[in-house]
Formats: sequence, C-alpha cells, structure tokens
Amino acid sequence: MAKKKVAKKKTVKKVTKKVSPDKILHDSILELIRITSTVIPDDVQSNILKALKREEKNTSAKYAMDIIKANIKLAKNKSQPICQDTGTIVFKVYHPAGFSQLAFRKICEKAVVKATKLGYLRQNSVDSLTGKNETMNIGPGHPQIHFIEHKRKTMDVKLMLKGGGCENVGAQYAMPYTQLEAGRDLAGVRKVILDAIQKAQGKGCGPGTLGVCIGGDRGTGYNHAKDQLLRKMDDKNPIKELAKLEKDIVETANKLGIGPMGFGGKTTLLGCKIGTLNRLPASYYVSISYMCWAFRRQGVSLKQDNSISKWLY
Amino acid sequence: MIKLDYPFKKEDIKKLKVGDMVLISGKMYTGRDAVHHRIHNGTKPPIDLKNQIIYHCGPVVIEHGNDKYEVKAAGPTTSIREEPYQWEVMRDYGIVGVIGKGGMGPKTLKGCKDYGCVYFHAIGGAAQVLAEKIESVDNVYWRELGSPEAIWELTVKEFPVVVTMDSHGNSLHKEVGEESQKKLEKLL
Repeated sequence: MAKKKVAKKKTVKKVTKKVSPDKILHDSILELIRITSTVIPDDVQSNILKALKREEKNTSAKYAMDIIKANIKLAKNKSQPICQDTGTIVFKVYHPAGFSQLAFRKICEKAVVKATKLGYLRQNSVDSLTGKNETMNIGPGHPQIHFIEHKRKTMDVKLMLKGGGCENVGAQYAMPYTQLEAGRDLAGVRKVILDAIQKAQGKGCGPGTLGVCIGGDRGTGYNHAKDQLLRKMDDKNPIKELAKLEKDIVETANKLGIGPMGFGGKTTLLGCKIGTLNRLPASYYVSISYMCWAFRRQGVSLKQDNSISKWLY
Repeated sequence: MIKLDYPFKKEDIKKLKVGDMVLISGKMYTGRDAVHHRIHNGTKPPIDLKNQIIYHCGPVVIEHGNDKYEVKAAGPTTSIREEPYQWEVMRDYGIVGVIGKGGMGPKTLKGCKDYGCVYFHAIGGAAQVLAEKIESVDNVYWRELGSPEAIWELTVKEFPVVVTMDSHGNSLHKEVGEESQKKLEKLL
C-alpha cells in the first residue's frame, strides 16, 4: 500500500497468503480516512501559509494563524484529527462498469466504523428524532457515498470531511434577491456571495474557502457547490467570466476586515470556486458552501487489487 | 499573555478586556447544545457551576473502560447556537466564563455584563493544539447525551484563548460585524 508522508501506523502485513481484494479495499479506505482527517492537503496548506504571512505581528489574527499552523503540524505528527468535528463524511467513488455499489458500501461502512473506533473520526451521527448517537457514523444519510461510473478499469475514491460549523454558515439565495438588489446576472451573484461571507463572520472557522453553484435546484445546487471544493486551490476556472469572478470574490472578501476566526485581519477567504448547472426559467439559485480553514479532502487512485497507487491532492 | 488560574475569581474575570490573550490553567467543563437545552428545560446541572468555566466543545474521546479516557481532539464548537440559553446559565448557576468560537450575541453580552462573565475565543479547528493542553479527563456526566454532547470534566494547563467579549459590554464580534458591514456596503 502506498503511504503518504507520515507513516505512523503501518498497515503493511507480511504476505503469507493472498489477501482478498475486499480486505485491501477496506484498508485503502481506512488509510484514506486517516490521511483526510489528520493531514491538510498541500494546496490548502500553501494558501494557509500565505495567509499567515499577510497578518500583522502582535495581532489576534496572527496569533490565530500561528496556532492553526502549529495544529496542522501536530495533527500530522500524531496522526490525530485536525479538528474534533470530523464532519459529514462524503465519499465520491469513480468506478468501472460492472461494479457493485452495494458491496462497496458494505466495505466502506466497515472502514468508517473502524476509523471511528481508532479515533480518526468522532462519533458524529445523531438520530434526529431520538438524539441518540451510538452508531459509529452509520445511519440514514451517513456516510454519504456518491457513485460515478468512469471508463477506466480501476477505482478513484475521493473523500471530504466537512465540519458542522462551516456547513451551518452555507447559504442559498433565490434570485433576484431584493434586499441587496441582486439580479439574475454575475453582478447579482457577486453581491450575494459577498453577503454570505459577511454574514458568516468567523463562525465557519475562517479563513475559509467557498464552493459556489449558480443554477440547479435547491438540492443539486448545494451538491454542485460542494463539488467545486474538490477542485485544486490553484486551478483556473476554464470559463473566463467565472475565473474573473472567483478572483474578484477573494480579493474583495479580503477587504472586509473580518480576518481569521473573525478577529479582524487581512485574510477572510482563502479561495472561491464557482461552477454552474442549468436551471429552470423560473429558478435562479446561488448556492454557497463554506469550507473552514481545516479543509479536509483527499483522494486515491486504486490499483486493480484495490491497493493505493496514488494520492490525488 | 495573562494567566488565569483555578479557582477562578470574579475580580480577576472583571479585569479582563477584549483583545486580552489568556492562558487558562485548572478545571473546565464541556457543555454544548444538548447540555444547554436540558438545563434550559429545567434540569439542574450535575455539578456545581459556581465560578466555573464552560467549554463549548464536543471532543473525540476514546473510552478505555474503568473510567479511563483518552482525548484525541478537543477544539471549540460554534457558540452562537447557545445564544438563547447562555445568559440563563450565567444568571442561575454563576459561571464566570465561556470558551467557544465564533462569538455570541447581545443576550450573552448583556449576561456577561450583568453577571460578571467573559467569553473566551479558542481557535476553531485547532483540536490538536488544544487537546495537548488537557492534562486529564477527570469525570464525565450526562454521558447518555452521546460522547460529543456529554459534560467532560477536564483539567487543562495554559489553554490558549482570546477574550472577545468582556464583562464591561465590549464585543469584538459586534465591532468586526458592524465594520465589515459598512465596508461591504461600499464594495457592493
């Protein structure tokens, strides 16, 4: 199995008999969960370090960024969760034709339970009626697994752990949004995105990153907004107007002075990624998903035998 | 850096001002959504909260049995959800501080002023740096609420926080919120 950066817990075993592909898949997913929960992806870390440099000495903002930096290092070295809210568990599985989703789910759930027992994930799945939280992250809607068929013969699995604090400050606007005189065009979209950032203040553990979807319906809009967070921080939107808007949002947000944790300061936003879906003539939604600084997403390409061949971020 | 040591005293709390960086040593109790909801509905807390600090936190705890616990991660959760209830806990049970993240609203700010309390902001997401400051897990109450929602009694050493709401009516969150709103209006 490929190991990423830190190899605290070795899962390599002496091969005396052939290990089943299911067992290898289980171990690969467990390793994906461990790394996602404990190691910040390089592209995100690089933006965090840039933000740290911008903050002025002897300010609360600088203090917050220094603690964030220390936390990233400590989590990686101890192989323990970056944040105690290990979040909604969202898997994206890109699989070949003729693949059993049910079999995958079963193995994946086993890996999630194991990761919870090992403390890579918090017991985070609450029955909304009874308030009980005993299922080690398995239950209606948990974990989320989205399946996408692709043409390759092997699997890619991506994972995002999205905490509740940042999820709570997400927002969806039905345009036109009269309060801001925001119409159904990119100028209107810009207004509502900036409004969402101002309303979030420090509550979503800023400096954060936004995933935005223009269009779709209330359900697909938020999903597509979250999909934008799977893009690399330093990629460039192939649609020129959107690339321009993404850049403008980050620059403008960083003039608001909200700063890390809402303490006031120079960096309010690390990035903004915008995509579109078609809409109905009657609807025009702007869905905004806020990701905290502890931006936990990773991915793996698997070999034929389900062992990890490469890390995607 | 200001040091605040257990047992906490009202007069020390009153000296704290917005912007102060504080290292807290001693005891604190976690308490978040379900705990506040239950207290609000009339159940008395299982511990004496007089002059204590409540930490809005749902830690990752591995329970080894025989009352042995290991904290794997323990950063703050978003405090604003306790806005309807926090002032009552200040009034009825005499807490002197709340630790959380994201800040709280006018009811809590008034509570801080009326009952001599402060809001300490811990760094959100910094679960490892903060877990390292926990020296021991001394007890757990209301465990039936689920591990993240239970009341964990912790002993901490030099737990780093920033005062963002003080007992004199000042709030950094109110200030940053108003200023950023003004800037936003100009930029739109």
